[in-house]
Amino acid sequence: MNHTIEKRIELKAPVSRIWRALTDHREFGEWFGVKLDGPFVPGQISRGQITIPGYQHIKWEAVVQKMEPERLFSFTGHPHAVDPQIDYSGETPTLVEFRLEKTAAGTLLVVTESGFDKIPSDRRLEAFRENEGGWTQQMKNIESYVARRP
Amino acid sequence: MSREDRRPVTRKRHTNAPGFAALGDETRLSLVAKLCSGQPCSISQLTHGSRLTRQAITKHLRVLESAGIVHCRRTGRESRFEFDPEPMVEMKRYLNLVSEQWDQALSRLKSFVER
Repeated sequence: MNHTIEKRIELKAPVSRIWRALTDHREFGEWFGVKLDGPFVPGQISRGQITIPGYQHIKWEAVVQKMEPERLFSFTGHPHAVDPQIDYSGETPTLVEFRLEKTAAGTLLVVTESGFDKIPSDRRLEAFRENEGGWTQQMKNIESYVARRP
Repeated sequence: MSREDRRPVTRKRHTNAPGFAALGDETRLSLVAKLCSGQPCSISQLTHGSRLTRQAITKHLRVLESAGIVHCRRTGRESRFEFDPEPMVEMKRYLNLVSEQWDQALSRLKSFVER
């Protein structure tokens, strides 16, 4: 089971435009589906209310980590309201990172969400080296086992 | 306690945090890898070939047990541990849902910036 989610998307707009859509709290709110109380500031808590129909009772809370202009925007928290019936506040806060890269057509945006298992990636690498068979291989074995089960 | 007695508790809490935390350790992950590929194992079998002591392995097994990932069955004088895929199936389902939500959010972002 892979405990990191990674998404890559090509956007036909300049990096500066994407940066604004990510880090201006009103613009972020428009596409993400959240009404935020105020601007994103590194080290500070960002609060708001989800605006996606069916999920409006769910609060948004995140801690802004890094804002490196036109390169990296990251925060920790529980960004998603997966199931409106379920309170996810007991889940481990995850780290969400948005990385931007200029391309011929516009911008490559890479989004990762990690830390579901609380393991920083450097420790994972160490475990991979030390472990007989390797961490990745074990995760693959377990995943294929789980996949065979209904 | 039977497996049926234990399971609903995990379900009611509606959180995968104990499962993720239980698997967030290389020793426990390797125990799961051993157990899920074969038959139920005794502590001696699981300790064999490991640098860890029997006590250490037992402690790790208890963590996995409290997350519902393994169950302990006593047969005679020996305890055997067996793998239960259900919590991991649930964790996988959760990760899939989070992944789908990102797909939706990013497609909204795409139409937002490309309009």
